[in-house]
Amino acid sequence: MSQPTIKEVLLNPIFHNNPIGLQILGICSALAVTSNLKTALVMSIALTLVTGFSNLFISMVRSQIPSSIRMIVQMVIIASLVIVVDQVLKAYAFSLAKQLSVFVGLIITNCIVMGRAEAFAMQNPPVLSFFDGIGNGLGYSAMLIVLGIVRELFGAGKLLGFEIIPVVNDGGWYQPNGLLLLPPSAFFLIGLIIWALRTWKKEQVEAPSYKMAPQVLNKEAY
Amino acid sequence: MSSQKESTARTLMVALVVCLVCSVFVAGAAVALKPTQIENRQLDKQRSILAIAGLGEAEMSGKQVKELFASRIRARVVDLQTGRFTDELNAATFDPLKAAKDPKLSDALGGEQDIASIKRRERFTTVYLVETADGQLETLILPVRGYGLWSTLHGFMAVKGDLNTVAGFGFYQHAETPGLGGEVDNPKWKALWPGKTLFNEQGEPVIAIVKGGVDPQSAQAIHQVDGLAGATLTSKGVDNLLKFWLGQGGFGSFIANLRAGEA
Repeated sequence: MSQPTIKEVLLNPIFHNNPIGLQILGICSALAVTSNLKTALVMSIALTLVTGFSNLFISMVRSQIPSSIRMIVQMVIIASLVIVVDQVLKAYAFSLAKQLSVFVGLIITNCIVMGRAEAFAMQNPPVLSFFDGIGNGLGYSAMLIVLGIVRELFGAGKLLGFEIIPVVNDGGWYQPNGLLLLPPSAFFLIGLIIWALRTWKKEQVEAPSYKMAPQVLNKEAY
Repeated sequence: MSSQKESTARTLMVALVVCLVCSVFVAGAAVALKPTQIENRQLDKQRSILAIAGLGEAEMSGKQVKELFASRIRARVVDLQTGRFTDELNAATFDPLKAAKDPKLSDALGGEQDIASIKRRERFTTVYLVETADGQLETLILPVRGYGLWSTLHGFMAVKGDLNTVAGFGFYQHAETPGLGGEVDNPKWKALWPGKTLFNEQGEPVIAIVKGGVDPQSAQAIHQVDGLAGATLTSKGVDNLLKFWLGQGGFGSFIANLRAGEA
């Protein structure tokens, strides 16, 4: 395997190898925090920083980590970073921290962070790992921001709290789609985005793991 | 090399060092950021007191909140046993929640009395007053708290000068399920409260949260608020905590004294 360049690890995850779109990781928080754009943005920044720095630190000590406890060591490093991010948010963006509630803490269990640590940072040098983390964070952010825009705009007629489409309740003409404010709507949106992404980039389509047999009569089957 | 790296002693060593470094890092961040966090929490509390009292706008800056709070709101300590104001304690520094954990400043509640499930009730607490220019009481803001489904809900009940009509009600801290019990923060639900009355003619707290919606024809409708859909236990908890704090175990005697002009 040839050594990837910084530009590759930084930009590939956004469209070519999107953590949500292709690897289908980090869905839980993508459903939970995207009902408005503001929380989606803060979550994106938090996750990008955590993934970047956890990759950096894990890569720095990777040759020292005994393989029997490597997962635990990764977890400890990730958890420490997440706690620091949570503390900083509580100190400087208290009302946002209240809205994000448990989800900042749940970055610890976000599969993207753990996945990059295990799959990339354990084998690659620190600087490259750092950019790989940032790149994957950006891939996650891109998806979250798209979801946040669609859900807030069509669910509440607003963007970042500013009214864009006047809704019926405030005397406008737009009847907002309440489903978009509920978590399941993000599932549908992610599905549609994955469909669009795979139509555009055919190489992302997975080979079918089995083939459905043609419909036959019982008699022919045995 | 690799066998040395995997030895038990090395493994323990690495685990220990990683834990030490990380704990110092986390503890350092927590200690360094604590003053800002405390200030933020206070600001958040002041902001919610102002919002519940119906003063100021939602998008005020921190400085505006502090100024408006200082100019309009007067904090006073109440002795819950005698039901009168007291000047023994300084309202600016006294922390009722800390006092509730101090055996010298609080009383344990028995099962029967403890309908809000708070275990201990402080003897002194801080209430907030909004007064008109000539010193008449305009709004009285009482701190309330009680257990919902997962967490203790901390909030304020603002009562108008007649000491019966709700001016506003809301929580500033809780950890109920977002979307279900967390709907106590929903502005639409909070808008149901102003105008309701808390007490019946005998002065008993009769404000209630009812399941399935309030019947507007009923004579009790003025004392009733719709329950939250899908959050029976949180609604029950809110109902209980209001009954507790407005009753004899809470602010009952204070409100009676205030009404008689003896507080």
